[in-house]
Amino acid sequence: MSGMDHDPVASTDAPEESALAAARAKSDDIVTCDACPVLCRIRLGKTGACDRYGNIGGKLARMDPFVVAQRTIDQEGRMVPFMEGKWDGALVPGPNSFITGIGAGTTYPDYKPAPFIVSSKIDGVDMVTVVTEGIFSYCGVKVKIDTDRYVGPEQAAVRVKGEQVGHVTTAEYGSQMLAIGGVRHLTGGSKKEGVIACDTMLTLCNKGAVEMSVDGGATLTVQGGRPPVINGAAEERMRVGCGSATIGIFAKQWHGHADEVIVVDDHITGVLTEHQAGRFLDMRPAGIRVRGRKSTPGRYFQVANPGTGWGGTDITEPLGIIEKIDPKTAWPGLRLLMVSTTGEHAAWFVLDGDLKPQPAEMPAAISIVVERIGENCEPALCTVLFMAGAGGSLRAGVTENPVRLTRSVREAITRVTSGGAPVYVWPGGGITYMVDVTTMPDNAFGYVPTPAIVGPIEFTMSRADYLALGGHGDFIRPVESIRGVERVKTIPWTPAHPWPLTPQIGAGR
Amino acid sequence: MNPLAVLLPDGKRLHLQHGPIDLILEAWGDAREVAAAYRQATTAFADVLPALVRELPVLRSPLSREAGERQGGGPQGPVAQRMRVACEPYAAEFITPMAAVAGAVADHVLAAMLAGRDLAKAYVNDGGDIAFHLAPGERLTCGVVGNLRSPAIDGTVTLTADMPVRGIATSGAATKGSGGRSFSFGIADAVTVLAENAAAADAAATIIANAVDLPGHRAIQRLPASEIDPDSDLGERPVTVKVGKLFESEIRAALKAGAVKGEALRQAGLIFGAVLLLRGHHLVCSNDIRLLRAA
Repeated sequence: MSGMDHDPVASTDAPEESALAAARAKSDDIVTCDACPVLCRIRLGKTGACDRYGNIGGKLARMDPFVVAQRTIDQEGRMVPFMEGKWDGALVPGPNSFITGIGAGTTYPDYKPAPFIVSSKIDGVDMVTVVTEGIFSYCGVKVKIDTDRYVGPEQAAVRVKGEQVGHVTTAEYGSQMLAIGGVRHLTGGSKKEGVIACDTMLTLCNKGAVEMSVDGGATLTVQGGRPPVINGAAEERMRVGCGSATIGIFAKQWHGHADEVIVVDDHITGVLTEHQAGRFLDMRPAGIRVRGRKSTPGRYFQVANPGTGWGGTDITEPLGIIEKIDPKTAWPGLRLLMVSTTGEHAAWFVLDGDLKPQPAEMPAAISIVVERIGENCEPALCTVLFMAGAGGSLRAGVTENPVRLTRSVREAITRVTSGGAPVYVWPGGGITYMVDVTTMPDNAFGYVPTPAIVGPIEFTMSRADYLALGGHGDFIRPVESIRGVERVKTIPWTPAHPWPLTPQIGAGR
Repeated sequence: MNPLAVLLPDGKRLHLQHGPIDLILEAWGDAREVAAAYRQATTAFADVLPALVRELPVLRSPLSREAGERQGGGPQGPVAQRMRVACEPYAAEFITPMAAVAGAVADHVLAAMLAGRDLAKAYVNDGGDIAFHLAPGERLTCGVVGNLRSPAIDGTVTLTADMPVRGIATSGAATKGSGGRSFSFGIADAVTVLAENAAAADAAATIIANAVDLPGHRAIQRLPASEIDPDSDLGERPVTVKVGKLFESEIRAALKAGAVKGEALRQAGLIFGAVLLLRGHHLVCSNDIRLLRAA
């Protein structure tokens, strides 16, 4: 890496001075790479023989940027927004810079210390951050898609460009879940399967959109932090629940104010007095039969066609889904609410002497509940969590005694971050973590042709703790020295994230 | 950076890297023999790049018999000599010893790892140019990948100990920026050659890939090599940078031109066989039924 100038280990094959001078003599827009003895002369915008170094704007550069997250603090010590336009590009050294693992490079499989072990002084405590990029064969992406639409059967194959890259896993409330990537698709199948699985994970982790199809199910466009597109239609709001669930949630609040409530839904339309919830409240059957196929009492499939009208159906006139009103059961003056699962559509009717529903002004007690349905709907999103395990060798880049690092993470003495973003570390063995990719800097992930995903990972602890766990003390360098690394790119710190260098309170000691 | 030697996560393959050289090697046999072979390979590898760099100017110069004699035998280093020997049969046309550098490195490291060792089989893969060893009765299966942009195994070749093949090399469109590192005068997607060693296969693959061409075709974009890499051994000679739409008849004609060259090399005993790939079409130069079937 071009940070070698600062590396405490002297390189035995540093090029000879005379050779270097000769190579540099005939330059215009050509730079001479001194990373190895070949001394490639590289034209502007091209790379050297190894493709690891290139000529970017007339300067030798490692071909991937190395990202430093920086927080900006005003005089009262508050975080202030980072003004990209006004930034002069210089790196302010000291405790306000946090070195991320992005572009740090790796010494995989870590026979030597991690690429950067940096220290900075925080609140009088010398903090050490070990930054590296892990090469993860064992890694995957968990995707949560906020939708009640059917994406496909559980365990069904999820495909990209025809190759299986994952599967539909256990659905969660209001969401469909996909498990993408993983070691079996990366290295267990055909070469093509591995390459496409790796590419899919990389795109999702770098916050890009991926089109996928589910065997026996839907086509999807998935992008972290964005609404899902299912069979070509973008999902906007999560329903509060299906029609049946909506009945269950609000039955008590409607009871006494309405004699019947029909929640119109493309998936399951709910009818209050027939529904378990209505019966539980001893409501009198209203005798209003809706169209469609009855599933269980008060729950109807296919009351209309899918569309952009009420509750995801093509209904614009809600009375259209009523098949008949039974004169033996219904009564004049019966109060009927019809509402969609998002509360966007609602209408109030009272049955006249001929048992015909007549529009009427909605009572306040009812309209409050209708508004509440809307209030309980959240924007539909895709969320992408990257999950990987920091294995034995990666830990060896941090300490000579890898298990101590695991214990130290377990005891909350060492904080793990990924590109500066907080992670969830799984209990149990190893350092298996999950991170929301939308909280990470852009393009934080890379790949190697193995194929495997390269992701940033940082371990932060006090200097004393680092040395105690057998850390590579001789390799600690002050954060200021990172200034000399040519490919440093400074990005604003995300104020919502805990600052990793703040010593953890109540660290389990 | 110093030469790197690391065992890959499978615990079996050794990765050697120094500057632009990346080798993956593997040996089969008694565990102690394999360990000793890996040590020998690592030791030999340490001086490979420095030795090549010392002779770079001569290795980048066009080879001709007269020039070689005048300079008293040409390059001196062990890898450099393998390069020269592999390229000498082509001295009548334009070639520099660099055409065989990858294969020669593979051969050199394989030889170092075999010296005094008893191994069932072994290979040294230098970015697709492979030198291998097979004890009697052993076999090695290699995949051929036609297109690096969507890599998939297009065919496999099983090499058995009784074949006179110990080297395999591929040359073609995989130039800088599209998965490879070198230049070609031709337009082949890939030309894979089987020969008695990797250096011979490497040189022949370069020559055959250069011959897969449609001279003067307007869909083929060429640039002087030195405009891309100022130190290229190809100097001002135009190299292929982009190939546009080709009709099927043109694809066949280009492949045919390469196959004529390949067949000539095969009949001269320089290679055992070759597989030529272009835009989903292929041609095979071989009289070995096993190779024909594989393609």
